[in-house]
Amino acid sequence: MGKRFAYFVMGFVVWIVLVYTLQYQEVIVGAGVALLTAAIFGRHLPLKPGKLLSPVRWFWLLVYIPVFVYMCLKANIDVALRVLSPGLLIKPGIVKIRTRLKSDIARVFLANSITLTPGTMTVEIKEDVLYIHWIEVGAGDMTAASKAIIGPFEYFLARIFD
Amino acid sequence: MIEVLGWISLCVGVGFTVLGCLGLVRFPDLYNRMQAATKCVTLGTCGIMLGVFLRSGFTSLGVKALLCALFVLITVPVAAHALARGSLIFGVRLWKHTERDEFTDDRGGESIIEVDK
Amino acid sequence: MTILIVVLSFGAFFCLYRALQGPSISDRAIAVDIMAVIFSSITALMALKYKLAYLIDLSIAIAVISFVGTLALAKYLEGRSLDD
Repeated sequence: MGKRFAYFVMGFVVWIVLVYTLQYQEVIVGAGVALLTAAIFGRHLPLKPGKLLSPVRWFWLLVYIPVFVYMCLKANIDVALRVLSPGLLIKPGIVKIRTRLKSDIARVFLANSITLTPGTMTVEIKEDVLYIHWIEVGAGDMTAASKAIIGPFEYFLARIFD
Repeated sequence: MIEVLGWISLCVGVGFTVLGCLGLVRFPDLYNRMQAATKCVTLGTCGIMLGVFLRSGFTSLGVKALLCALFVLITVPVAAHALARGSLIFGVRLWKHTERDEFTDDRGGESIIEVDK
Repeated sequence: MTILIVVLSFGAFFCLYRALQGPSISDRAIAVDIMAVIFSSITALMALKYKLAYLIDLSIAIAVISFVGTLALAKYLEGRSLDD
């Protein structure tokens, strides 16, 4: 029930943003559509509704956004330099790392963050093992690679989602 | 001030997007191309959408642009991840100078690193 | 603004080159996906330029549809059925 309600609220907010008006007709139709989708798909919501209400998690999310934007800009400048340099400055490889995040949604966000940060792209997630395509393979073994790639994110994502 | 910020955001977005596309042409194999393209195009599109938001303010156009930016931010990496996984399993070759491929090693089966002729 | 749109179109041309040339099917798929995202940003820029707010809806729709298409192709490449 809680999941369905959370789904309904999210769907309704997206609807209101999409139509961007508060006329009563739009609101009524939006509520109807959100109710229908929540009734059908609500049980697939991949997070516990109780977590949405805790302010500590929202605070960590706010802290995470600037970190993420900074890493993202760094990644793009890095890739731009590689593209513009006359020789190919790449040494690619696929490495395996281990995460200690538990919930699925946290792992999804971890994978997305990895894809958008310097020189790495998630290829596959199996339980707690992630396979990463790394454009310039650095550290040798698995723990060192894990630390180099997901160190900064795991700290924040564990506080936001787990 | 906000006008100027909007222009800067638009220009940065367009610049990164075009660089990403250039990477799509220049890099040697699928996975490296994907790296360049997804990173640059995601940030570029988010920059452009942020620029549209800054130039139009809290109107219908601006708010929807932000929604679109959020959507692109979530979906483009997921699509790239799914496609990379699919191509690895399908057997699209890795570049010949690839250091190692622990994914294929763990799955068992032949190495899919391209060999020099 | 017009200059920005023209520069973005050049980016789309690079993607088109990869989509025509790409040695494997995945190359073409990712090129077309990136091209759709670029068209979505071009549409947003046109909405800003001509002050037509409804064009941004089109931009969202293009992004959604290209995402679904790419996912379907990825599933096909894995050799799985589409319904799991």
